[in-house]
Amino acid sequence: MAVAADPIDGTRLKEQFPLLSRDVHGKKIVYLDSAATSQKPLAVLDAMDDYYRTINSNVHRGVYMIAEEATNRMEIARALVRDFIGARSSSEIIFTKNATESLNLVAQSWGRANLVAGDVVVLSHMEHHANIVPWHMLVAEIGIELRWIPLDSEGRLDLTNLDTLLEGAKVLSVTAMSNVLGTMNPVRTLTDAARKAGAISIIDGCQSVPHSATNVQEIGADFLAFSGHKMCGPTGVGVLYGREELLEAMPPFLGGGEMIRDVRLDGFTTNDLPWKFEAGTPAIAEVIGLGAAVEWLNGVGMDKVRAHELALTEYTISTLHERFGDRINIHGPSSPLERGGVFSFDFDGLHPHDISQVLDQHAVCVRAGHHCAKPLMKLLGIGATARASVYVYNDTADIDALADALDATGAFFTL
Amino acid sequence: MPGLEDLYREIILDHYRNPRNRGELETPPAHRVEGFNPLCGDEIVLYLDLDADGRVADIRISGQGCSISQSSASMMSAAVKGKTVAEIDDLTRAFKAMMSIHENSLEGAETTEPIESPDVKLGDLEALRGVVKFPVRIKCATLAWNTLAQGIEEASA
Repeated sequence: MAVAADPIDGTRLKEQFPLLSRDVHGKKIVYLDSAATSQKPLAVLDAMDDYYRTINSNVHRGVYMIAEEATNRMEIARALVRDFIGARSSSEIIFTKNATESLNLVAQSWGRANLVAGDVVVLSHMEHHANIVPWHMLVAEIGIELRWIPLDSEGRLDLTNLDTLLEGAKVLSVTAMSNVLGTMNPVRTLTDAARKAGAISIIDGCQSVPHSATNVQEIGADFLAFSGHKMCGPTGVGVLYGREELLEAMPPFLGGGEMIRDVRLDGFTTNDLPWKFEAGTPAIAEVIGLGAAVEWLNGVGMDKVRAHELALTEYTISTLHERFGDRINIHGPSSPLERGGVFSFDFDGLHPHDISQVLDQHAVCVRAGHHCAKPLMKLLGIGATARASVYVYNDTADIDALADALDATGAFFTL
Repeated sequence: MPGLEDLYREIILDHYRNPRNRGELETPPAHRVEGFNPLCGDEIVLYLDLDADGRVADIRISGQGCSISQSSASMMSAAVKGKTVAEIDDLTRAFKAMMSIHENSLEGAETTEPIESPDVKLGDLEALRGVVKFPVRIKCATLAWNTLAQGIEEASA
């Protein structure tokens, strides 16, 4: 199970993330919750700070110099995001407040315009609530039908009956990577099957876009949603990529300033893409921060990010199994090649809240709970898990600290 | 800075490892009630047998949860066995006062009136006082109590 040598020194990268130098309970912080939100490098903090200090003004309106600079900076960020995911045009990059809004935008705008009672939307059992509830809302409102791709025993999508599930479907909406199991899904296979069935494909890229190179042409998705704050950018900005012809045909989502070309007493006409979907003053500083995050990630290299996390994934799984044997159960695929750096685990039969509480005393930050994926938790037959997740700035010392803290946790509760 | 020893007192860990009154009761005569903490997936199933005098003749608890919710349920079961509904009401109010929870805030309604703590000995339950220093865990400690209140209300109806 040999993987390529780790091309990234996470220990050195930590220096670029101010938060990672702080102490918690008198110990250096060990941050293992990047699947919830990533830490931010200085480059991102500086870009946002610089916007507020030197060019703070509203975009796409003022004719004065700093307003033009702010507009330029925002549109440069859009171009950076466009190139980061291989979109053909900046018109296809819509800034939202987060990936949840991106998915709601598609469901509300495309869904309400194109779906009628009885139409089928196919989801999977490993979806985040953000890719379930917007569709439940259309079940209530329109009467669409939901079908679910099941999972196999290792937490991978079971695609045996995919073509049957997609028969007559209008939409396939699935995650590229599970935020609970770490499973990386065969996105191209899924979008190909959707296209063959005449369905549009929506990919939730929250856990994949920050961690590996993404090209929307290669994955063949009609829509791709992801958030800025999981990829070294700030909270408050997300992205919806959509194929231009689909976006052109869609009605607007939110109405207001910016999204209009003309407003009269008897109606309005919409602005061009992408602004048609960006009503009101956007999160300018955050968009600029996301642009800086993309530049920072480009500087590291997304292929190296994936290689680093693959090496860390292998190290994590082997370390935890070697040290704890049957005391630990890591959910999701056993092969590191099939998964990202997200490790949901059961340990010593302890409740995840108790685990994370003790880990916190050792300055180890992990998530405990249902991870906004309750249907999946029910399928796994558990109420909650503890989850550790890694990113580009983590290193093997962080994993050793996790293992040491788990050791202490086990001892604490079994004395 | 509160430490782990504030939260996980030895008596709490004892109740967690050796829960009292664990199990089920036949329904009827016993009344069965479920409580959930949707945030962490904890669930408690409480079996309550009230006698003709409105006294808890027997109580059993099953379900799953963290050490705080499990130990709180275990201590509660030991504390309320043999007590009348009125005595339990006092005990519940004393416990919630210790948890710094105002009368209605668990139901979503905010109130600024602090609970007047009845003159009741909390005994082992005192060990849960440290939970207040870990606000996210207060819901764990109160789950069993809210479930009991619901059970008494239903059983007395």
